[in-house]
Amino acid sequence: MGKKTPKHDKHIEAGARIVDFGGWDMPLHYGSQKEEHHAVRQKAGMFDVSHMTIVDVRGDRAREFLQYLLANDVAKLKERGKALYTCMLNEQGGVIDDLIVYFIDDGDYRMVVNAATRDKDIAWLHKQAESFEVAVSERAELAMIAVQGPEARELAAPCIDAEWRDAALELKPFYGMEAGDLFVARTGYTGEDGWEIVMPAAKAASTWDRLTAAGITPCGLAARDTLRLEAAMNLYGSDMDETISPLEAGLGWTIAWEPAERDFIGRGPLQEKRADPNKMRFVGLLLEDKGVLRNHQRVVVDGVGEGEITSGGYSPTIGRSIALARVPAGDYDRAQVDVRGRLLNVRLVKTPFVRNGEVRIEL
Amino acid sequence: MSELPGDLLYTAEHEWLRREDDGTVSIGVTDHAQSALGDLVYVELPEVGQDVDNGGDMAVVESVKAASDVYSPIDGTVAAVNEVLADDPETINSDPYGDGWIVKVKPGGDIDESALMTPDAYQALLDEEQA
Repeated sequence: MGKKTPKHDKHIEAGARIVDFGGWDMPLHYGSQKEEHHAVRQKAGMFDVSHMTIVDVRGDRAREFLQYLLANDVAKLKERGKALYTCMLNEQGGVIDDLIVYFIDDGDYRMVVNAATRDKDIAWLHKQAESFEVAVSERAELAMIAVQGPEARELAAPCIDAEWRDAALELKPFYGMEAGDLFVARTGYTGEDGWEIVMPAAKAASTWDRLTAAGITPCGLAARDTLRLEAAMNLYGSDMDETISPLEAGLGWTIAWEPAERDFIGRGPLQEKRADPNKMRFVGLLLEDKGVLRNHQRVVVDGVGEGEITSGGYSPTIGRSIALARVPAGDYDRAQVDVRGRLLNVRLVKTPFVRNGEVRIEL
Repeated sequence: MSELPGDLLYTAEHEWLRREDDGTVSIGVTDHAQSALGDLVYVELPEVGQDVDNGGDMAVVESVKAASDVYSPIDGTVAAVNEVLADDPETINSDPYGDGWIVKVKPGGDIDESALMTPDAYQALLDEEQA
């Protein structure tokens, strides 16, 4: 049996099918992952994401440390509460993890990293922090619930004390704030509006109940995966890992090249990759034939070469199969995918596939 | 879990068989299987007339979550496929033992029923998997 989140009993009570995810027992779905998916696109759904790892970085040199540690530049965070999505790279320019870092206050940052990468992340952070005299502390005592969907903030607002409620509702996208013993951020992993709410573990079960009573649909990891795929948000371990450059995982936009004198871990190899005309493309695929694209299927580009699907599946919003794939350099917009020995036709499309409830690609 | 139909035979791969009056055998996946797979979104069907071998792949059912092979539990020839599933794969979710049948096979010889499971034996397997 794996680790249990503070809401584990609630999930069982609600009929959840439980799976192991990065050593945690997590709900896969509560009945129909498609209905959960649609609830998030059309109204509001919530996810227990307490398995995610929250790490606070504090000290006079915290900013300097993070500027060295992360490929994006925390110097962009000028306002308190502002968040930044970034990769943490190894010396070879491969991705150790992707994460969100919040600027809480001078010398005070909060990072949210993946669950499956927790151990290596924490070890890496401590190792790199040694020469910076910053305190790296994991906040395992905190739980997190993501409420997502066009009505999510409005429905969840009563869970925030009146004193901070209006301010929380006024948070701009990609900002967070402390609200009593909660930390509320207008972030998520679904392509919809919403909040991610961090709270003391002791409060998690009662908050979950209140959110359920407010009409927010409990959703499992299965819906979380189809939602993030439609939003073309990368999944660590699937779309990128330590052997993959962010430049070949569609994450070039998260790298802060300027100022040129900022030295960050992995910068050298990353610059070489940037200049490489043969680096792989990271693209969205829409299946034009019937079937379902799946992870690791071979992408065949006639006369160019081969690539691989890194995340594939069925899109409940579009009603067809979509995928993210790493494919060879070149100028083309059609390819084929080897699905159990049959070559099915796919079209390269500009991602995201879906955003804020709307299909964004041409069908 | 709902009651298992008593007139069917079952396999350890969570498939069911029904002997039809015309001599063919209808094959589908059980309620347990459809529930474990979740919402079905695509079914890859064999060609009518295709030979199938006992234990060989015959069709693929794909849910939002995963793809799963459907094996032929007997030797024979595909006599019919359920065309409804091409446009409405969720029929398997809503009626796994009825309208959600997948393939009808014309057996190539006598069916070895000792290799298949009675409703009671299949129920025992489900109970065991639950435990």
